[in-house]
Amino acid sequence: MNGFLAILQRDLRLALRQGADSVMVVAFFIVTTTLFPFGVGPEVNILARIASGVIWVSALLAAMLSLERVFQADYEDGTLELLTLSPVSLELLILGKVLAHWLTTGLPLIIAAPLMAVMLNMDQDGFVTLMIAMLLGTPALSLIGAIGAALILGARRGGVLVSLLVLPLYIPVLIFGAGAVEAALLGISATAQLQIMAAILLLTLAAAPFATAHAVRQAME
Amino acid sequence: MHRFAKPSVFLKFTAPILPWLSALTVILIAAGLYFSLIGSPVDYQQGHTVRIMYIHVPAAWMGLFCYVGMAICGAMSLIWKHPLADICARATAPVGATFTALCLITGSLWGEPMWGTWWVWDARLTSMLILLFLYLGYMALVNAFDDPERGSKAGSALALVGAVNVPIVKFSVDWWNTLHQPASIVRMDGPAVDPSMQLPLALMILGFTCYYFVVLILRVRLELNERRIRALHLSGMFEDPETPTSAKEQAYEAGHNAGAKQ
Repeated sequence: MNGFLAILQRDLRLALRQGADSVMVVAFFIVTTTLFPFGVGPEVNILARIASGVIWVSALLAAMLSLERVFQADYEDGTLELLTLSPVSLELLILGKVLAHWLTTGLPLIIAAPLMAVMLNMDQDGFVTLMIAMLLGTPALSLIGAIGAALILGARRGGVLVSLLVLPLYIPVLIFGAGAVEAALLGISATAQLQIMAAILLLTLAAAPFATAHAVRQAME
Repeated sequence: MHRFAKPSVFLKFTAPILPWLSALTVILIAAGLYFSLIGSPVDYQQGHTVRIMYIHVPAAWMGLFCYVGMAICGAMSLIWKHPLADICARATAPVGATFTALCLITGSLWGEPMWGTWWVWDARLTSMLILLFLYLGYMALVNAFDDPERGSKAGSALALVGAVNVPIVKFSVDWWNTLHQPASIVRMDGPAVDPSMQLPLALMILGFTCYYFVVLILRVRLELNERRIRALHLSGMFEDPETPTSAKEQAYEAGHNAGAKQ
């Protein structure tokens, strides 16, 4: 547990000292979302209708673009090798790194999401559901993304590759995340969608650290 | 099974099978095509369009079958580190991707006259599209490393993670309300397809499966032979005029296991 906290602290400190990373993710999210009114026209009804989907897709892309940060720097300077060799289980350390990634990308996105929902004229009924859905969905995105980030360590053109690997696996989160908000906007209970998202989160929480650790060990061989 | 994981055993074992399997594939697909295009009745609602089914359903089956095969090969290569399992997984991916693409294309050709649209975003179609993306991702990942072995290992892990999608594809028609019809062949109370249509469908499915194995064997043999040639080139024996021909032949035979050396 100490190792988990230590790595969490270290990654958080690194992210905060560099600072720009989290801001960049949120900036990307906001800029991408702003592109849609230009693309589909500023009509209020249309924007309100597509708001939940737009927010989710932008969040997905923002989370994906920040994945490189999870392992790449540590891989290049050899930290990852030491982590692999350490007596603390690698799965736990990876969980710490993923949690740090979520705290510095997922959480800012959740805070920025209502702002963008207001700008896209989304109905107020959906706000709480959107926040809950993102709270359940973004950790799953970080966990799934870590697998992809670990798989591409040492690959050529890793950045493009990770999108091809990770985006298909993100689709369930997108479907149920947008579906939950949609249901709330229609005035139906979104419990079913949120429960499925919780299930996805639990499944990835249980399985992803092992897959990621496996991929990291391979990259170290 | 471990006995066959040795490349030389694989080469020796598959050499006599290959011509028979190829002949069987040709016969099955020829018979299947005859029955599906000429020898089977026209659907009372769909007319001749129903004949698309005889390509569409086997292609969908193969798309899933190849992915499961790829994931099993991936698991075997991770657990027992068989080099042959890696080669099989790599050889399966493009075949499976082609079948999945074929399934999507024939599906949209069938959908246009029947549903009035080329594409709908329902669960079965979308999950099949994701399957295609998973294949493409696997192929891109496997070829992205300078060290092919590292590529195979990363690919195996991805194939296993992506296997989550297979049951989703299979059961998507039962879990969600979709435009796509529910499962009609593998069901608890027997197939819902008319017996006169079952025969061509079964022939085509068997034919496609045999075709996959023929292509798999050919591709694996090609890869093994390529490795053997590479190993011989590296040994420098062939460039040396002093070496007698018999020694070269011997080295070529011994090179059967070139792929097995890690």
